[in-house]
Amino acid sequence: MTADPVQHTPTPIRVRSVGTRLERVDGLEKVTGRAGYAVEHGADDGFDGALVAWLVTSTVARGRVTSVDTAAAAAHDGVVAVLDHTSAPRLADTDDGELAILQDPQVHFRGQVVALVLAETAESAREAASLVEVSYDVEEHEAELTEEAATYRPDSVNPAFDTDSDTGDVDAALAEAAVVVDEEYRTPHEHNNPMEPHATTAVWRSDGDGEVLDLVDSTQAVHGVASTLAPMLGLEQDQVRVRAPYVGGGFGSKGQPHAHVVAAALAARHVSPRPVRLAVTRQQMFALTGYRTATISRMRLGADADGRLTAIEHRVFEQSSKVKEFAEQTAVPTRMLYAAPNRRTSHRLAMLDVAVPSWMRAPGEMPGVFAHEVAMDELAQACGLDPVELRLRNEPDVDPETGNPWNNRRLPECLHRGAERFGWAGRPAEARATLEGDWWVGTGMAAATYPAYRQGGNAARVTALDGGRYAVAIGAVDIGTGARTVLTQIAADALEVGTDAVDLEVGDTRLPSASVAGGSSGTASWGSTIVAAAQAFRERHGDDPGAGAEVLAEAADDPLGTDVAFHSFGAVFAEARVHRRTGEVRVPRLFGVYSVGRVVNPVTAHSQLVGGLVMGLSAALFEESWRDARFGHVVTQDLASYHVAAHADVRDVDAEWLEESDDAFSPMGARGIGEIGIVGTAAAVVNAAHHATGVRVRSLPVTADHFLGGR
Amino acid sequence: MDASIRLTVDGTEHVLDVDTRTTLLDALRERLGVTSAKKGCDHGQCGSCTVLLDGRRHLTCLALAVAYDGSEVVTASGLADGEDLHPVQQAFLDHDGYQCGYCTPGQVCSVVGMLDEVKQGHASHVTEDLEAEPDLTDDEIRERLSGNLCRCGAYRGILAATRQAATS
Repeated sequence: MTADPVQHTPTPIRVRSVGTRLERVDGLEKVTGRAGYAVEHGADDGFDGALVAWLVTSTVARGRVTSVDTAAAAAHDGVVAVLDHTSAPRLADTDDGELAILQDPQVHFRGQVVALVLAETAESAREAASLVEVSYDVEEHEAELTEEAATYRPDSVNPAFDTDSDTGDVDAALAEAAVVVDEEYRTPHEHNNPMEPHATTAVWRSDGDGEVLDLVDSTQAVHGVASTLAPMLGLEQDQVRVRAPYVGGGFGSKGQPHAHVVAAALAARHVSPRPVRLAVTRQQMFALTGYRTATISRMRLGADADGRLTAIEHRVFEQSSKVKEFAEQTAVPTRMLYAAPNRRTSHRLAMLDVAVPSWMRAPGEMPGVFAHEVAMDELAQACGLDPVELRLRNEPDVDPETGNPWNNRRLPECLHRGAERFGWAGRPAEARATLEGDWWVGTGMAAATYPAYRQGGNAARVTALDGGRYAVAIGAVDIGTGARTVLTQIAADALEVGTDAVDLEVGDTRLPSASVAGGSSGTASWGSTIVAAAQAFRERHGDDPGAGAEVLAEAADDPLGTDVAFHSFGAVFAEARVHRRTGEVRVPRLFGVYSVGRVVNPVTAHSQLVGGLVMGLSAALFEESWRDARFGHVVTQDLASYHVAAHADVRDVDAEWLEESDDAFSPMGARGIGEIGIVGTAAAVVNAAHHATGVRVRSLPVTADHFLGGR
Repeated sequence: MDASIRLTVDGTEHVLDVDTRTTLLDALRERLGVTSAKKGCDHGQCGSCTVLLDGRRHLTCLALAVAYDGSEVVTASGLADGEDLHPVQQAFLDHDGYQCGYCTPGQVCSVVGMLDEVKQGHASHVTEDLEAEPDLTDDEIRERLSGNLCRCGAYRGILAATRQAATS
């Protein structure tokens, strides 16, 4: 990349492959296990003779490391080095409290990196790590989230929303409302737990141009890792190469680099030129790789007797870490989901001595819409209205928050279609009306929404090859979403060639800059850029270019800069069965209908939406990271105690979408689909469980004890 | 302490020295560079490391390599002959029974091993009649594959793929 990118405004493409089924282009590598993930690269990739790094983490929640006795570890067979805050290479920039590890003796949370061992084998590294003796001056810590402790008002909430909002007079409207719902809803700490633990292979190379840090990382953003690490290591960004050929899931937790990536870089610098492999253990992931904060939502809804909302108030209490602030935008979706003249939202944080929370699939929307949509179910019940009808009565004509017109708000169609396909009609109006054998049976629903994002900072390169083929390059990452496949389709259609004429390259900072695979923005952001590059290429080089003809381009359009509200919508329907003696909850049916713009590939889109529903089901029934405030850590720190949905838990789960094309948003007509499937799902399950039993659960997960009268 | 063992992995015989602490999974991944078996938890809780060990599905993270001297290991990579896929692998492609691909080699091995168990008449937790030939219903498939977690939530596709492989 030498030339500056061309600025090109993409125009809607003529779809041929886009919208049709195409099997994943990387399927063979995945079903055989030949796909190489972050610590599966050896001599062939320039990582010959790698040492294994093993992290040593703090056993206290707050304090100072007073000494690190490395003698026994260093003497262990096969150990090459033991690094701690006195011996690790220095960082040039230590502003990021989560990432600036091994630079000082402070302990900010239990599970923080306090030392690391480098050894010839994993067995040696692991055993030696257990031999490192760390002594602490222990200080009092705070690790319990309560409403009272959540008093800190952040300047903004993730990523850059207003912390609070206040329109009209909520208190007056509530005082006059015919019906009021005033309840508290809670969601627990949740951990992303992608199947591939966070992992990095690192080596410092010296070539003619100076030092280069070469990483293979399990990340959702190769350029994001490079731009974050480079200044910390005193390097220019192009001195950090990051590759992510295959990533075993992320769900937000690999959206930003976490401390282990810095640990791998420091370790590799210490033993340069030997490479280092560092895989975070499943247990360590619960402290080091981000999580969704627990949330407490105080909801007040006021409505007239017909169920028309007059007031919506959503006050959120949640936590962050003292060492780095992350404010989940839990009440933000409440600002736009339904119409009401009087609205108020707020976010307050408890700043605690705990691990750093971060993105987890649909941050904000997942816990926020849970609270709002269970409250709406309670309102429907209080008004004697069908829950679907209640939502239809509160459709806003314009975005209530901004007054901007909707681009394409099709929530009512999702509701109608979902109700029809699920078989919603004819359900008993009363709860606890159907007993089949030992099982109480009920149905419930919830709305879903997710904003449509297109990120800046993208460029794509199109190069003509011999024989009518094209190389298309962008530093995007396929974390399992199907990006490799759908970007191939988009490139093919934009170039007006077949998908087999496109060689797509992704996952490397040597490729043109790309934004994170996050915020359900990947396909729209990268795809629009590829379309811009392809169209600019055709303008410049025509339909019969010579091999080597090339264009590097950025997309010059900015739909989010217009006064239009771009959001996706959905409706989720669930059947729940609750055992009348044991309280066991099962969900035999879960069905979502979505309006997400044009679906680029029905195969991968269906898997994305169903996967989101499954994760929502998992959150509804199982997931809970239990923090022991006495010690400050999560005690459910493995997959035996942090339960995620297993195969037998997932019954009939299905998703559909409305046929549409959002040409105002992207030249493919697509918005994003990665996150909306998890939104509203837990609420639909809770609402179904209420319909089955008459028991209203207001906290996740919906465990059996809720139905046994003990709570 | 090191010990010398002989392993046949995907048809290739290896004689290797392993630390007696080395798991079969680490012997494959770290010593032999066979990374088709994945490490998802290292505690026998996720199933990503599943291979066929002497013909049966097995969690390699819970097996010490030194205890399997002379054994035959087949990973998902070895189930395919180059690009010529095993019917179970083809079924995963046909039904999009995967997303990120990290649990997939273990899922594939688990399905292959499970179908053989059914053929041999093994019952599962949800089998009603322990005397009869097991009937591979959807419930049976879901139950028998519940040792392999998939965080992407591709179970629906895995179920359809297993059905296809079982009947082809």
